[in-house]
Amino acid sequence: MGGAAPPTEAPLVLVGCEGRRRVVLAADAAARRAGLRVGMPAAKAQALVPGLIVRDAEPAADAEALDQLALWALRRYAPVAAADPPDGLVIDTTGAAHLHGGEDAMLQGMVERLAASGIATRAALADSWGAAHAFARYGARPAVVIPAEESEKAILDLPIAALRLPKNMVEDLSVLGFERIGELAAKPRAPLALRFGPELGRRLDQAMGRLSEPIDPVRQPDLIEAQCVFAEPIGAAETIARTTSKLVTQLCEMLETKGLGARRLDLLFHRVDNRIEAICIGTALPVRDAKRLTRLLCDKFEAIDPGFGIEIMRLAATLAEPLAQKQTISSLIEEPEAGVSGLIDTLANRVGEQHLYRFAPVASDVPERSVQKIAPAAPDTGETWPDPWPDPWPRPSRLLPAPEPIETVALLPDHPPVSFTWRGMRRRVKCADGPERVFGEWWKRDAELSAVRDYFRIEDEAGERFWIYRAGDGEDAATGSHRWFLHGIFG
Amino acid sequence: MRTSTGLPIVEELRERIQRLEGAAARRRTVLPFGIKAIDRHLPGGGLALGALHEVAGGGNGAINGAAAALFAAGIAARAGGKVLWCITRPDLFAPALAQAGLVPDRVIYVEAGDEKAVLACFEEGLRHGGLGAVVAEAARLSMTASRRLQLAAESSGAIGIAIRRWRRHTEAADFGQPTASVTRWRVSALPATQLPVPGVGRARWQLELIRCRAGESADFEVEACDAKGRLALPAELVHGPGQREIGRRRAAH
Repeated sequence: MGGAAPPTEAPLVLVGCEGRRRVVLAADAAARRAGLRVGMPAAKAQALVPGLIVRDAEPAADAEALDQLALWALRRYAPVAAADPPDGLVIDTTGAAHLHGGEDAMLQGMVERLAASGIATRAALADSWGAAHAFARYGARPAVVIPAEESEKAILDLPIAALRLPKNMVEDLSVLGFERIGELAAKPRAPLALRFGPELGRRLDQAMGRLSEPIDPVRQPDLIEAQCVFAEPIGAAETIARTTSKLVTQLCEMLETKGLGARRLDLLFHRVDNRIEAICIGTALPVRDAKRLTRLLCDKFEAIDPGFGIEIMRLAATLAEPLAQKQTISSLIEEPEAGVSGLIDTLANRVGEQHLYRFAPVASDVPERSVQKIAPAAPDTGETWPDPWPDPWPRPSRLLPAPEPIETVALLPDHPPVSFTWRGMRRRVKCADGPERVFGEWWKRDAELSAVRDYFRIEDEAGERFWIYRAGDGEDAATGSHRWFLHGIFG
Repeated sequence: MRTSTGLPIVEELRERIQRLEGAAARRRTVLPFGIKAIDRHLPGGGLALGALHEVAGGGNGAINGAAAALFAAGIAARAGGKVLWCITRPDLFAPALAQAGLVPDRVIYVEAGDEKAVLACFEEGLRHGGLGAVVAEAARLSMTASRRLQLAAESSGAIGIAIRRWRRHTEAADFGQPTASVTRWRVSALPATQLPVPGVGRARWQLELIRCRAGESADFEVEACDAKGRLALPAELVHGPGQREIGRRRAAH
């Protein structure tokens, strides 16, 4: 709404016509606090709350905005996404979660990203559309991942309103004494079907995942895609692979005419039973190499269940970026260095993008903060950890995930321990180097203002070398607890 | 070069075996350690490129793999090119690798979830061809898996280093099982070089060449990697025990 947007703290309601009455169709948090409810007559709401901002509801514009949001989800998350009117989005994330760090991280990221753009969301990930719909609206937490195969059990505790049934049917059921889905599911189906029609059983089955419910995905208007419709349904892996390679070649030609390279490819399999299976790959840099893209897609075929056969295969470059032609170095002078971006893509699609990284130095004396992970395809920084002249303090090749407390016999304030016990084994210290004093970084946390660590490099009688530190400077209790920790192991 | 047996028939048989292995078609290159004592024991005078090598730690090193990682980092640093490092436990400290000559820009880490995924990433890296070295930390390495890795390394010419690292001591017996790797090393920490002043000197390793295809096993005592990833022989071995005497005299002044 831009500059015309009303102030957020003022109560706001949207009104529209329901039959011949003008009623409140939506109310924001401030309005609800003031006692306004959805379904209340507009005149009454205005009388109750002075200064109430009233706007006309625009269902058509809402639907359009929801479609836009579905398109965003399609580009960003998964190949199958659709608007779930009036207020939801449904995304089939099968085979796409690995690109976003797993299901939990993806859902959390989705909620945070939407919150950052001012949309309060609740999200749920479950086995079926119906179950996810129910948990998103009636679950306890704003973002919840129901483990696979557990939706059917978990949904039994939700109220029957979660079943996407018509309003009057929910009311009738509650008159009969039904409150939870579990109670409804335990009853024989026939009398219920006789009283309420087939809708009730259908919704129940959909929520339980017994009845499939295909999602009709939104389509990007200017999507670059290639598709192949089969005369007979196919199912063999070789046929799928052959068709994929054909589709990729077609797609690459299309990309080339537009001067683009694919950053994300979605391959959709429309099955005979009206379900859509999808695989989704991402690349670190725009790619137009048919062989490489085919290879990335073929790596994912294991996840595909062709069922009774596949009727249509559709390949779309959901995310494409400009990729200009460039001349490679002539082999007359030197061999061009083979790039590793192909390898990065293969591995990223196999283990997940966040599990592939490079380390880069950070200007910090605290060991665990002196490294940061950067993207593997990031340009070379050319930096390394600074070496104090003339001889750098050696760093251990293994750094424990968390410093482990050790018991020591040591002379305060500035001597290394004489002996120490780590993981139940007592070791005598033969020689030691140190201390190397590391000060707390008060600009990061107030509590570190006076914190000090004294690092020692020690060697035991067997020749094993360890990196240990004492929290505190050995004199002033404000600098640390004066307990000893083992932080790393030298080679 | 390797010490020759002098028997012409043995030499001839060796050549025939090499031809059977298909090595004649490729010019097999090696990465020398730059230490005559070690290179003499390795066929071709160094670690074979385009081959799989195994490294394990001795004693507690079998579990923490600290020395083995540095040893591998030194080799990777000298091999040049980009390095892929496949891990399951994220406890590797990159500044230490940089001190062994492996600058952070050159290393790409893959954190694979399990042993199987590590081996798959290892093989993928070896097949790629654009990397100088591929290092993987794995506990189990079967004959079949190592054969695949060896073939992948041969096809691309990258050096493959499997750091064998186990979760407990009892599993370390697995290191005796046969694999298709070309060499097998064990690196154990030894007391550091003695300094004439209090402190810890340059780290020393007991380097055991347990198995070497077309070569004999041997033991070495070496000084750990320097800033360029090079090993060194301890000074008293090179110059005799007199060196220590000089050090002591210097300290007395």
